[in-house]
Amino acid sequence: MAETAELKEIARELRVDIVKMLNKSKSGHTGGSLSCIDILTTLYFSKMRLKCDDPKWPERDRFVLSKGHAAPALYVVLTRLGYCCTEDLMTLRQVGSKLQGHPDCKSLAGVEVSTGSLGQGLSMANGIALAMRLDKSASRVYCLLGDGECQEGQVWEAAMAASHYKLDNLCAIIDNNGLQIDGAVKDIMGIEPLREKWKAFGWNVISANGHNFESLLSAFSSAEEAKGKPTMVIAETVKGKGVSIFEGKVKYHGTPPSDEELILALKELGEVV
Amino acid sequence: MAQMIATRDAYGEALAELGESNKDVVVLDADLSGSTKTAVFAKKFPERFFNMGIAEQDMMGTAAGLAASGKIPFASTFAIFATGRAWEQVRQSIAYPKLNVKIVATHAGITVGEDGASHQSVEDIAVMRVIPNMTVIVPADGVETRKVIREIVRYKGPVYVRLSRGKSPVIFDDSYSFEIGKGVVLKDGKDVSLIACGVMVYKALQAADVLGKEGVSARVINISSIKPIDADLIIRVARETGCVVTAEEHSIIGGLGGAVAEVLAENCPVPVKRVGIEDKFGTSGDTDLLMEVYGLTDGLTSENIAKAAREVIKRKHD
Repeated sequence: MAETAELKEIARELRVDIVKMLNKSKSGHTGGSLSCIDILTTLYFSKMRLKCDDPKWPERDRFVLSKGHAAPALYVVLTRLGYCCTEDLMTLRQVGSKLQGHPDCKSLAGVEVSTGSLGQGLSMANGIALAMRLDKSASRVYCLLGDGECQEGQVWEAAMAASHYKLDNLCAIIDNNGLQIDGAVKDIMGIEPLREKWKAFGWNVISANGHNFESLLSAFSSAEEAKGKPTMVIAETVKGKGVSIFEGKVKYHGTPPSDEELILALKELGEVV
Repeated sequence: MAQMIATRDAYGEALAELGESNKDVVVLDADLSGSTKTAVFAKKFPERFFNMGIAEQDMMGTAAGLAASGKIPFASTFAIFATGRAWEQVRQSIAYPKLNVKIVATHAGITVGEDGASHQSVEDIAVMRVIPNMTVIVPADGVETRKVIREIVRYKGPVYVRLSRGKSPVIFDDSYSFEIGKGVVLKDGKDVSLIACGVMVYKALQAADVLGKEGVSARVINISSIKPIDADLIIRVARETGCVVTAEEHSIIGGLGGAVAEVLAENCPVPVKRVGIEDKFGTSGDTDLLMEVYGLTDGLTSENIAKAAREVIKRKHD
């Protein structure tokens, strides 16, 4: 279990990997990968029980990236953990790559389910949680959604089901970065009041700072304490976090860093260029 | 008169038996368990039954999650909702990762009857068949349904099984053995091949009797495995009889007729006539009467299968 100072350094290095791989692939989602990387870092390096040399270890905790377009964030984490090698990172989105544009569980070990079509991950996480319960397993399942993704109707079907089946082994997280591809979430199709909505659907709702490791760790710990209901951690985040030229900019939802932007990004992230 | 069994009833019994022998089998339904007959399983194994409410998209995703965790989920609802409402969930969450989910849908086709077009799925074979990794099975009777359910559990991957609401005549006896990807010749003949699936198989057998009285020898083939399809058998019977009629309670676009025509166009182009719903929606009404009404225009009767046979035989000789 990494300390928060260590998590901070891991997240910095993972951001470096994200901007490098996206610059190389010349295609992919920069903003949402950077907004959720602190959440993934906290889960994978401090919370989840995994055996990296045994990706199908039955007692492992599971992670579902429902906002599948943030695949680069998942890929840099899985690479650091040894599920694939560093050279693979630079093959993102290329023909024959293990690193598909959106996560494909058939291509890459460590990817639990295939995602990318928004709104479908939470239902799958519910299925995993039900199976864990049938197997009397102590494992937990985490599911990361985008805020814009909450516009999908299936999310609310799954929200109802998780609460109905009292899935307290499930912890979902919303990467609440406020932006989607066409603009600000509040302008495209408002989802507020988000906290009240999840509460009304019967969830234990926790607010967290999605870029603060103490806040995230405390949220995940208190999720483990909640009995008889699933937990939703609404993590307040900044799209493109960590690189000021990308921060809060709609343009970088689906735009990779150019060569010039990469240099600026690496400098800001403390890399010697 | 043959014994009458609804394929959905056979499913309910087979599923409950399966629950006994295979503890990994779990069942999901979307508030139609009484109609799909998954309620039989639910009563026996409540801890392994999940009613997902009227939420088919969530049901398919939940089934995917259960399968990703080693369970063998059977997800049931009406065919129109399983394949229409939740098509993209079936594609993305189940078929793309090749998860071991068995989608067993009932109330397919116009034999749904009184509920009308909104509930009559005439497109499901087409929209499931086009999805990569998907296996598509349309059992001809209750006996075959039981065999299919037992067999698909042994196969690892997504399967769509199409069942009916109404009772239909039993064709097979218990010695019949179902194999994915294999068709079966039910009656030999040399003048024409009648290739059918589902409730139309019995009507094809009746059509062969009608034709027999006229001195026409019709071969009848049951193709329950629409995908993978028994191309070898289809090519062989087309070559040996020189013409083919397909019969299905489904649109003639993209279903059994489409699949057979694809095989023959590339391998053995012979005269083909597709009998089925001719690019239109269903309508409310008594099931038997509907089959007659659609029979007049679309040929969902044994008389019209025979008529189609006479037509392709004539084209063969022209």
